[in-house]
Amino acid sequence: MSSNANGDAPRSDGDGGGGPAETVTSVSGTGVPVRGNDVDTDQIIPARFMKVVTFDGLGQFAFFDLRFDEDDEEKDHPFNEDRFREASVLAVNANFGCGSSREHAPQALMRWGIDAVVGESFAEIFAGNCLALGVPTLTASHEELTALQDWIDEHPDGEIDVDVAAETVTYGGTTVDATVDEAQRRALVEGEWDTTALMGANAGAVRETAASLPYVCDDQLPEASD
Amino acid sequence: MSEGTLYDKVWDRHRVTTLPTGQDQLFVGLHLVHEVTSPQAFGMLRERDVEVAYPGLTHATVDHILPTADQSRPYGDDAAEEMMSELERNVREAGIDFSDPSSGDQGIVHVVGPEQGLTQPGKTVVCGDSHTSTHGAFGALAFGIGTSQIRDVLATGCIAMEKKDVRRIEVTGELGEGVEAKDVILQIIRKLGTDGGVGYVYEYGGEAVESLDMEGRMSICNMSIEGGARAGYVNPDETTFEWLADAQAFVDDPEEFERLKPYWESVASDGDAEYDDVVTIDGDALEPTVTWGTTPGQGVGITEPIPAPEDLDPDKQDSARRAQEHMRVDPGDTMAGYRVDVAFLGSCTNARLPDLRRAAAVVRGREVHEDVRALVVPGSQRVQRAAEEEGLADTFREAGFQWRNAGCSMCLGMNEDQLEGDEACASSSNRNFVGRQGSKDGRTVLMNPRMVAAAAVTGEVTDVRDLEERPEVEA
Repeated sequence: MSSNANGDAPRSDGDGGGGPAETVTSVSGTGVPVRGNDVDTDQIIPARFMKVVTFDGLGQFAFFDLRFDEDDEEKDHPFNEDRFREASVLAVNANFGCGSSREHAPQALMRWGIDAVVGESFAEIFAGNCLALGVPTLTASHEELTALQDWIDEHPDGEIDVDVAAETVTYGGTTVDATVDEAQRRALVEGEWDTTALMGANAGAVRETAASLPYVCDDQLPEASD
Repeated sequence: MSEGTLYDKVWDRHRVTTLPTGQDQLFVGLHLVHEVTSPQAFGMLRERDVEVAYPGLTHATVDHILPTADQSRPYGDDAAEEMMSELERNVREAGIDFSDPSSGDQGIVHVVGPEQGLTQPGKTVVCGDSHTSTHGAFGALAFGIGTSQIRDVLATGCIAMEKKDVRRIEVTGELGEGVEAKDVILQIIRKLGTDGGVGYVYEYGGEAVESLDMEGRMSICNMSIEGGARAGYVNPDETTFEWLADAQAFVDDPEEFERLKPYWESVASDGDAEYDDVVTIDGDALEPTVTWGTTPGQGVGITEPIPAPEDLDPDKQDSARRAQEHMRVDPGDTMAGYRVDVAFLGSCTNARLPDLRRAAAVVRGREVHEDVRALVVPGSQRVQRAAEEEGLADTFREAGFQWRNAGCSMCLGMNEDQLEGDEACASSSNRNFVGRQGSKDGRTVLMNPRMVAAAAVTGEVTDVRDLEERPEVEA
């Protein structure tokens, strides 16, 4: 069976998803609640911080405009609170990550320290981007999420266990059934979320599919090598 | 599960295999690249010592960071210059066609793909931009993707995806005076919710959609993502084929058009196709629609009252309250009369030639309100040239609009075109999120291009149908 990487996704290459994929069967750590529905990726990282050619250093800009006013003074936001500084489990509400497809959003969260996101629902591109970084996204009901957020508020040092394989979230003696998209669960638990390597192994079949399409010309195909 | 839909057919033709995760490995027929989301992906490729697998099916342009006024190099903004230089290096090394500003073909990636004939029915299209859904207007399956997926596509020519359900959205009847495609999609998102499309791709059809031109269909498909759908499409028909015949690739090679047309026809949904869900919208009942809040789903007909949060679904009440506070609007009022400081006519939703023509028809013989800063940013250099040749640019300039160069501009404020402070903007773009247009206190009201023109000249959100008393205009 796969090992428990505790969500320590490979990010040594600085850009995520660089080396061979590791398994992400569970994530443990303290939590941080960010409340509200429809938190879009413009809020998670404003567009002006995307004028970069690497993802390095994006963590400091997570939720930037919600955290700082025009004079760069801190506003009330969980990501500004010392008690949540070490958190690795983000608890959110409905339709989190909607809007722009920018991977800068989950990159910023991951680089701030988030290893797993639990929410009522996620925009699909956002969830896909998280998967590509080895950051699981789990869903549970509105009531369960509200209870979890309230508990985190009261227990900022409390440990939360996000079990991707078993699809549960456990905190303070409570275990909640959470849903992980099946493909995401298998990819993370079996260490198959490095889709570049996975799909690269099928280059011959890809070429055949490409050649069968009427709009693909022969000179657009790579040389057959396998 | 759906059966016999365009989605099923195109998916099956492009499916390479099923991966161990249960996802399908899908071949990508067109990969569009721009400067913001790709540099990290090219960087990852270099780290792995992997080459771009299908450079001939990849096309690049620059749009998000490009200045729309002074485009001399190096750009005034160092970060923009660095991103452009990085893109130039990447496409050169990989041998990727690049519609750069000197080519005369540059523009917003979702305007450039169609006008060059790269976007075609029955193709899979991806780009690191959520509004890639635009290309579905041609009967392509088009998906916005993240940077790690861009890496996948560059390295393998494929993406890993799960198949979704198909929801047919049937818009019946005929759109009334002043009502445009933009109003259709704003009302669809209002009705189904910004997350109503999660788990679905949307097939748009019905008389009101089928009678739209391609640009209108692009506006609708463009905002599929605002409704949470993974993609949106319209079945290809004679309107599609006529439009494509004039696209650059087929002007250059009309025989290729004839050769591909049977394939294009074959991918349209069957008459007896099965859908996972069907929703009907009454097109006759629609009116010009504007947003009152901070998500595209918070829209209202121009004569309708802004809803009270407590009258909305419980899960929408909190964000409605916050949105009304930010926008400074009150329940019971209409949006008509809402003062605007800026009018922005542009973006991948509404910066195509017919959009500019309709807006110019409203502007002609009028002047931009003295308190309004008004910009027209064409979607591409081709649109820009055509509009200049038709005299549209002069119409806008004479009225007091700034006529700028092609790019994404004030849709998301990654160049110098941004809202300042708490300015309110009548915008033809696709997102009214807080901070979206470059100022976190800025207020964005989404609307169709004619409505933007009306707001520009009156200084407030205005029902364009009320502007009938026109000054005399020379023919």
